[in-house]
Amino acid sequence: MIHSLFVINHLGDIFLEKHWKSVISRSVCDYFFEAREKAVDPENVPPVLQTPHHYLISIYRGKLFFLSVIQTEVPPLFVIEFLHRVADTFQDYFGECSESVISDNVVIVYELLEEMLDNGFPLATESNVLKEMIRPPNILRSVVNTLTGGSNVGETLPQGQLSNIPWRRAGVKYTNNEAYFDVTEEIDAIVDKSGTTVSAEIQGVIEACVKLSGMPDLTMSFMNPRLLDDVSFHPCVRFRRWESERVLSFIPPDGNFTLMTYHISSQNLVAIPVYVKQSISFFEAGSCGRLDITIGPKQTMGKTVEDLKVTVHMPKAVLNANLTASQGNYTYDFTTKLLVWDIGKLNPQKLPNLRGSLSMQTGVPNPEENPSLNIDLKIQQLAISGLKVSRLDMYGETYKPFKGVKYVTKAGKFQVRT
Amino acid sequence: MSTGVSYNDQGGAEAAVEAGQESTPTSSSTGAAFGLFSADFKKNEDLKEMLESNKESLKLEAMKRIVGLIAKGKSASELFPAVVKNVASKNIELKKLVYVYLVRYAEKQQDLALLSISTFQRALKDPNQFIRASALRVLSSIRVPIIVPIMMLAIKEAAADLSPYVRKTSAHAIQKLYSLDPDQKEQLIEVIEKLLKDKSTLVAGSVVMAFEEVCPDRIDLIHKNYRKLCNLLVDVEEWGQVVIISMLTRYARTQFTSPWTEGAEFDENKAFYDSDSEEKKDQTEAKPYIMDPDHRLLLRNTKPLLQSRNTAVVMAVAQLYWHLAPKHEVSIVTKSLVRLLRSHREVQYIVLQNIATMSIQRKGMFEPFIKSFYVRSTDATHIKTLKLEILTNLANEANISTILREFQTYVKSQDKAFAAATIQAIGRCATNISEVTDTCLNGLVLLLSNRDETVVAESIVVIKKLLQTQPTQHGDIIKHMAKLFDNVTVPMARASILWLMGEYCEKVPKIAPDVLRKMAKTFTAEEDIVKLQTVNLAAKLYLTNSKQTKLLTQYILNLGKYDQNYDIRDRTRFIRQLIVPNEKSGALSKYARRILLAPKPAPGLESAFKDRDRYQLGTLSHSLNLKATGYQELPDWPAVAPDQSVRNVEIVEPLRESAPIVGKTKQPKSDKFYSDDEDEKEEEGSDSSGSGSEDSSSSSEESGSESEEESSEDSEKTSSDSGKSSSGSEKSSSESESDQKKKKKTKKAPQKKSKPAGDSDSDENGNGPVGQASSSSSESSSDSESDSESDSPAPKKKTEEKAKPKVAVNSKKEVSLLDLDDFSPAPTNAPKPSVLSQSLLSDLEGLSLSNISSTVQVTTSSFGPLKTYELLHHMTGKGLSAKYHFPRQPCLYQPSMVAVQVILTNSSDHALEEIHIGDQSPASLNIHCFNTIERLEPGASVTVSMGIDFSDSTQAANFQLCTKEDQFSVSIQPAVGELLMASTMTEQDFCKEQGKLQGMNEASATITMATANASRQAINKQVLSVANVGEVPSSQNNFSRFAGQTVSSRALVLVSLELSESSGALLTINTEKSVMASMLLQDLKQALAQA
Repeated sequence: MIHSLFVINHLGDIFLEKHWKSVISRSVCDYFFEAREKAVDPENVPPVLQTPHHYLISIYRGKLFFLSVIQTEVPPLFVIEFLHRVADTFQDYFGECSESVISDNVVIVYELLEEMLDNGFPLATESNVLKEMIRPPNILRSVVNTLTGGSNVGETLPQGQLSNIPWRRAGVKYTNNEAYFDVTEEIDAIVDKSGTTVSAEIQGVIEACVKLSGMPDLTMSFMNPRLLDDVSFHPCVRFRRWESERVLSFIPPDGNFTLMTYHISSQNLVAIPVYVKQSISFFEAGSCGRLDITIGPKQTMGKTVEDLKVTVHMPKAVLNANLTASQGNYTYDFTTKLLVWDIGKLNPQKLPNLRGSLSMQTGVPNPEENPSLNIDLKIQQLAISGLKVSRLDMYGETYKPFKGVKYVTKAGKFQVRT
Repeated sequence: MSTGVSYNDQGGAEAAVEAGQESTPTSSSTGAAFGLFSADFKKNEDLKEMLESNKESLKLEAMKRIVGLIAKGKSASELFPAVVKNVASKNIELKKLVYVYLVRYAEKQQDLALLSISTFQRALKDPNQFIRASALRVLSSIRVPIIVPIMMLAIKEAAADLSPYVRKTSAHAIQKLYSLDPDQKEQLIEVIEKLLKDKSTLVAGSVVMAFEEVCPDRIDLIHKNYRKLCNLLVDVEEWGQVVIISMLTRYARTQFTSPWTEGAEFDENKAFYDSDSEEKKDQTEAKPYIMDPDHRLLLRNTKPLLQSRNTAVVMAVAQLYWHLAPKHEVSIVTKSLVRLLRSHREVQYIVLQNIATMSIQRKGMFEPFIKSFYVRSTDATHIKTLKLEILTNLANEANISTILREFQTYVKSQDKAFAAATIQAIGRCATNISEVTDTCLNGLVLLLSNRDETVVAESIVVIKKLLQTQPTQHGDIIKHMAKLFDNVTVPMARASILWLMGEYCEKVPKIAPDVLRKMAKTFTAEEDIVKLQTVNLAAKLYLTNSKQTKLLTQYILNLGKYDQNYDIRDRTRFIRQLIVPNEKSGALSKYARRILLAPKPAPGLESAFKDRDRYQLGTLSHSLNLKATGYQELPDWPAVAPDQSVRNVEIVEPLRESAPIVGKTKQPKSDKFYSDDEDEKEEEGSDSSGSGSEDSSSSSEESGSESEEESSEDSEKTSSDSGKSSSGSEKSSSESESDQKKKKKTKKAPQKKSKPAGDSDSDENGNGPVGQASSSSSESSSDSESDSESDSPAPKKKTEEKAKPKVAVNSKKEVSLLDLDDFSPAPTNAPKPSVLSQSLLSDLEGLSLSNISSTVQVTTSSFGPLKTYELLHHMTGKGLSAKYHFPRQPCLYQPSMVAVQVILTNSSDHALEEIHIGDQSPASLNIHCFNTIERLEPGASVTVSMGIDFSDSTQAANFQLCTKEDQFSVSIQPAVGELLMASTMTEQDFCKEQGKLQGMNEASATITMATANASRQAINKQVLSVANVGEVPSSQNNFSRFAGQTVSSRALVLVSLELSESSGALLTINTEKSVMASMLLQDLKQALAQA
């Protein structure tokens, strides 16, 4: 299936290659570079490319291209999903997925890639299994290793791969048994000029950090499971139990994992936490423009809106911005044309406002469309959909774990058209 | 600017370096010119010494550096001899790194690589399964043709290994060997055949992969394993799922008949909105088509995978449903596909491509999710274009206005390529939906004054196309364009307008010459492209209206004759010869009119995805829109289904083999984990004891499966012990579990009888939890399977006619059972009945319902023969008909409300708009209305839910159901039993509460029971059909007790029924609400007296 993998940085250097079958010359990447050139933006590179003898499927993550070479028909999502899984694994192992980190840990990276695929077919992609075979690096161990000549390859062979719960390693032990769940909801919305919501969806995810000894069997129930009609689960969740009782029953992987994601579609009513009053105008004469943005709370359920930030991608003709912010501060980067207004906490008594003038390039026709505003925000202790975990029970082990649930609402792709 | 230049310089320099590297990736000697490379070269020298040293740590260090070199794509092949010596090292990491090296370079240094083979051969006999597996992995990865026989032997041995992990590795090795030496195909197929029979979930994915690679056409190998694969599917690892699903899709296409013949007549919108009624129709109408139970099995077992976190799995299931499911069932994949749109950009790209193809054929599937396809300015260009494509496909009369409004925003986008694509999309909408053609045309005409050339050019091109497709109504627009002509400056646009004038000059006989006149004035100042079109226009006008334009034409032709551009001079000369009659060119000029004014075919305004459906969805070929190497054509449905009995497994095996599987599917997953764990252990145990000999595999397999069964049973017990903790409320489930155990035992008996299974089925249904109901369906379906098995194996040559009635019976059973769990309600609108089972109840204890005494719990009855009442007949409702039923769920809106579901159907021939609820009476009545339904298509129906607070009285709720034009007064009169909520309590509590509600609060009557209602189940059924109450477990056989609460005031309602010897019984109702008591008594009496 997957023949080879090339990792390419944003300058177009191939700094890692791995072949699972016979070696394919890296000149095959030239087709990709051609497409990359054509696309201008790295985001615009088509994920699937065709060359005379191979097919190239690539993903773009963290300024890196992961380019895989395929020779025969294969579901493209299969490859894409796998490549993302590779990037996730690097992230998990090294804390970030960047060129420097991959180059520094090239041996571990290679060992990982070797285990993840056999003959191009995924073999072990569960982080728990991989960590049993190849230990993630940390400073202490690397010091110890250099002194003692020890290795970062697990001495024990992974049992997890054999069992029917490959996601959990055996023999886990903790002194403090704890299970934390983060319910994070992101609002994707498009609000039009007049302030009406064109579309709004909620993308929710329950991230878990479970550090429990032994083989705990957890059951999580919700106050209002009815909300969740479109969900996807970590493989550990017993689907039949969910279908019949609407509870999440699972033996958790050890450590951090995504328990479930859910999607509340635009057919449901979605609360929009803030409203934006804006006017951006460009004048034909005098080559200048005016900008005035005010943000106020709308449906915040009594919670404070934090980390409020407005990002505007200005048209090319805007040279500079001369604005005053009643709260927070703003920056305008004239090379990327990015105006960022960092507001911070939203005070309902004194609404933050940003106004002033924009200086335009002379002789260039005015932009036809006003730039849209992208809003970032965060509301602690609130899941905007109203989802609530009602309880978490543990079976199979006798100790009393420490449990905690945290709710956060964020703006996802929150866009205000102007 | 200066910075920009310097950046460029840097980039250039780097490119040069890179080019250098690329040209010399393998030979380090030529690369020595670069400092970097010479350093590497030196390092390689000391690497050799390090590898040959005695110190483990030095060797490891050396190997790490070598791997670093390999990763960077630099050559390290000259170190091969030094590295290969370490292949037998004890250090695991060193060994692994040597393996990496070996696999990379063995092909180049085949002779040296052979040195390592003996090490692997030894390792293949290692007692540790992981060492065996990794040895096989490396051995098979060394692409040295000489060792093919050794590999073959190793694969054969490993395929019979006791460890499933080793068997999995052997499945991978099959593919490697096949690519190395395709001549081994026949032998490899034998191994595949053997491995396909494997029951381990670990092996399944890998062996199907090998099957797909080596012999995808040997569909006959799958027959016997089909059911097993379907049943194992949920537990296979996610990557294997993708491969198995796509293989099964192909398989199903060759083995089953098309489910579409009947389904095709359904309007898809309808199917989407109201699957319930559709199903009924399906059952009545679609009698001639009966789905093969195996076909159904596949659909049923893949459905849960739509919830997978792996996008590839979701896509695989979606394409399976698309290609295999009856048309009205396909829409269940919609929601999951839309969910994937939040995933990574690359995932979006692929999913959107597939949705684009699907949306051409089935608008209804995605129409409710249209907002999810709205474009954001931050989307990548290819995502934007795909979303646009889908929006265009989904456009219809109802939503075109919103879509066009969206398009208006897009047209102004800074991304000009996208703006241009939007204009094309508008054009397509205009041709597809005749209502908006004019609006679109006007909008496009407005865009002509846009500053941006791409936008203008695109709009004119689109207008041109639109006008060509609609030859009737050009006049106005062409006139309008002529008016605009003076303001339009973009040459491309001017040229296009001129072309239009010429083409339709007969429609605008007055304007066209005038435009030509203007052009004559400005001819010399125009761009070339405009000049050419001016000449064209002149020629066409000369032919149609020579009187007015003769002089003008001659003037223009003269101007053109001396133009600087040779193209224009050429054209002028040609035109002159063509149209102006003279002696020399008589032959052609006769046909001048036919040449210049020939009717031109309208350019098609079709989706770019129109022909993509020739490829299977989700494939690389579909994504690229061309046939990729190795693409397997999806076969068309066979007209007559091939013999179904091929999938039956032999008579001895099925009992052994299918029993554990059935048990598996039935149990909640937890049991599976445990049971399989134990399988594993058992296998390991026998492994270490070394008792397993390959020859007696078949017999040992049998015994193995038997013991597996046993162990799974055991583990069920243990798991049920551990899983159930201390709460006693799960009694019912544990009961049913023991039932199942009983069943299994009966099954194990060689003479299998379906009788006990039937018994326990009804038991389970009586107990109520729906979870059980679904399992019982799978249970009995497997029963029916094995029934047919027991009959069919001998008469394999039976004619098909004979076989058919048999099947019909089976599948009928199947369908009725499936109703319970498989036909999910339409994915939108109707809220799914949430089922709170007993066990959940205990979890909820003391949480949200704290206002009720702790002994009484509200529960939702899962009992559901819903009675539907008519709210509005379609005759009185001018085509709008409404029905309602009580879903018996706690109301969403307020706890004191009774939930009511209303099904609105439009049986008129025109769409109904703005359906909403108007005035209500009595005014005090608290009704939570449904949201206004903007539009209901003819024939479509929609289910909405309302909440009504009846205040515990049976007073009817009157309100008006309004459409845009009309208002209809309707009323909902609840039966008294619907004003209750089911409660659960223990027998003691029941008696205690009953004691408190004596005297005035008691109503009782002696009733005569119908004989059919003698059994406990029958009584339960009757009582539950009348009132929403919960059964109280009773220790006395002749007592039936039920408990409930009134919805708004939460007053307890206790029903007890004491059976006497004869068919008489004493019915007692205790509640504070005495009016209710008597009404309920009446209703119950009636129900129980009926048969």
